[in-house]
Amino acid sequence: MTPLVQVKNVSKVYKRDTLEIPVLQNISLDVPEGEFLALMGPSGSGKTTLLNLISGIDLPTSGSIVVAGTDIAKLNESALAKWRSHNIGFVFQFYNLMPVLTAYENVELPLLLTNLSKKEKKERIEMMLKVVGLSDRMDHYPRQLSGGQQQRVAIARAVVTDPTLLIGDEPTGDLDRKSAEEILTLLERLNKEFKKTIIMVTHDPHAAQSARTIQHLDKGELTKN
Amino acid sequence: MKIPFSYNIRNLWTRRLTTALTVTGIALVVFVFAAVLMLAQGVEDTMVATGSEDNVIILRKGSSGELLSAVSRDQIGIISTFPEIAVTNEGKTFGTSDVVTIINLRKKQTNDMGNIIVRGVSAGAITLRSQVTIKEGRWFKQGSTEIVIGNKIHDQFENVEIGQQIQIGSKLWTIVGVADAGKTGFASELWADAENIMQEFNRTTTFSSYTFKLKNIGDYETIKTKLETEQRLQDLEVKKEQQFYLEQSQGMAVFIKALGLVITIIFSFGAMIGAMITMYAAVANRTVEIGTLRALGFRRRSILTAFLIEALALSIVGGIIGLILASFMQFVSFSTTNFGTFSELAFGFSLSLDIIGWTLLFSLIMGVFGGFLPAVRASRMNIINALRAS
Repeated sequence: MTPLVQVKNVSKVYKRDTLEIPVLQNISLDVPEGEFLALMGPSGSGKTTLLNLISGIDLPTSGSIVVAGTDIAKLNESALAKWRSHNIGFVFQFYNLMPVLTAYENVELPLLLTNLSKKEKKERIEMMLKVVGLSDRMDHYPRQLSGGQQQRVAIARAVVTDPTLLIGDEPTGDLDRKSAEEILTLLERLNKEFKKTIIMVTHDPHAAQSARTIQHLDKGELTKN
Repeated sequence: MKIPFSYNIRNLWTRRLTTALTVTGIALVVFVFAAVLMLAQGVEDTMVATGSEDNVIILRKGSSGELLSAVSRDQIGIISTFPEIAVTNEGKTFGTSDVVTIINLRKKQTNDMGNIIVRGVSAGAITLRSQVTIKEGRWFKQGSTEIVIGNKIHDQFENVEIGQQIQIGSKLWTIVGVADAGKTGFASELWADAENIMQEFNRTTTFSSYTFKLKNIGDYETIKTKLETEQRLQDLEVKKEQQFYLEQSQGMAVFIKALGLVITIIFSFGAMIGAMITMYAAVANRTVEIGTLRALGFRRRSILTAFLIEALALSIVGGIIGLILASFMQFVSFSTTNFGTFSELAFGFSLSLDIIGWTLLFSLIMGVFGGFLPAVRASRMNIINALRAS
């Protein structure tokens, strides 16, 4: 079976003035459908860069990244934006919710980029908020929610469009142990029950335990487990 | 797909202090802009209202106003026989031969002297200009040294009460009535018997103008042709009365507009820079939000539109507030020298649909200029850098 994500010989070099900083060096990685992969590594190892490349918010200097049959390195910016809206769900370390929108409206945001009817959107939003256990907090603004609750809203926002891939960048990094546990349980459930493919960056070994597979990055290269 | 409007509005509400300050800046500029246009419109309205739709005025060819015009008694005699002129129930011609001159009176508020038009009119003037009625006292008697003063003169000048006397030429003339001429130019005039005024100024054969009502406004062209073909009338020209008075207001209106708009445009740069600073701050504060929206799949264009809409919302609210403030200026009236007639003209601020339209457009333009660069900055942000701002 073809892997859902195929990273082939990918390198990423950032240029700062005349200085070239290699961040990823000749990385190859396959992620099968239904995987829950944790990318681990010390700060500056390139794990977030790899995540950004797979999620199509950054482009590799060389190599190819094929996600669900699309070589995203070849898409132009506009096509890439459209691709992301259909295929990627993001969960950020600091939740990145819109402070002026309610939980319901935050979850609705990515649906505004789809052609679903108003009724379908409503059903989906309510269902996702139910899945994350926040049906009673729909009209709350982020400032009225705890960190863990905000992250759950962010997860609902990430999966409401039923994306191909769920991307988490240190999703428990800003949470206390209990809330982190809840989030990890939720991600595991999404992976097992809803068959979501998840790639998560973390430097917390405990968090990584929730994943099925762990990959280590060091100095821009993948190392064996 | 667009970012929801509620996102913009709530963001404006979240930073209500800066929003309020920016809106105030825009509102003040819009107020000045609207007031200038309203003042120019006020002059035009006053002068246009002075004329009637079916009246025409005969003047000497090339004379810019009645003061410089001369129409002889003989010429008026010829014209008054034209069958196109409307006739009263009593069978008299619906017209007036006017003689116009200027005297000085002292203003109440500033104690300055102002040039006042003295209009000698014939008996037909009162029926012809039905917009002018007696408010207090009575009309002057033909052949007497009695005068009637316009309501604005009564309001704004000293020693013009009924029974008081005014020096015109060598004689003292007694005020016998105050005319209500509404918001027309006649409200800023003194009226007396034409023949007596002419004697006073040794002008026995020439009037300033001859105004009459047409039976049918379509006959205007016929009158024009007659003046051109009749040998004795070739130094005269005919104008529609409203057009004539509109031309009298043009110099003043254009001056107010030009001076006022130059000042407003300079002010508007201040307001635009204010809006720009507010919007740049908004972009800077919401860098992570912008990055997140882009990551979710919203395009650069959507981000640009969202921030532009926010700036436009600021400017349109400022525009509406400025317009509401300016609309109160309709209750204020001014008196100053009209360059077109070299005489005092009282006029107010006049708000029209056109002015509302131009003012709102002006505020939107301020919004576009103030919001465009910050919106471009927001839309051009690199997603990775924007997300890193968290």
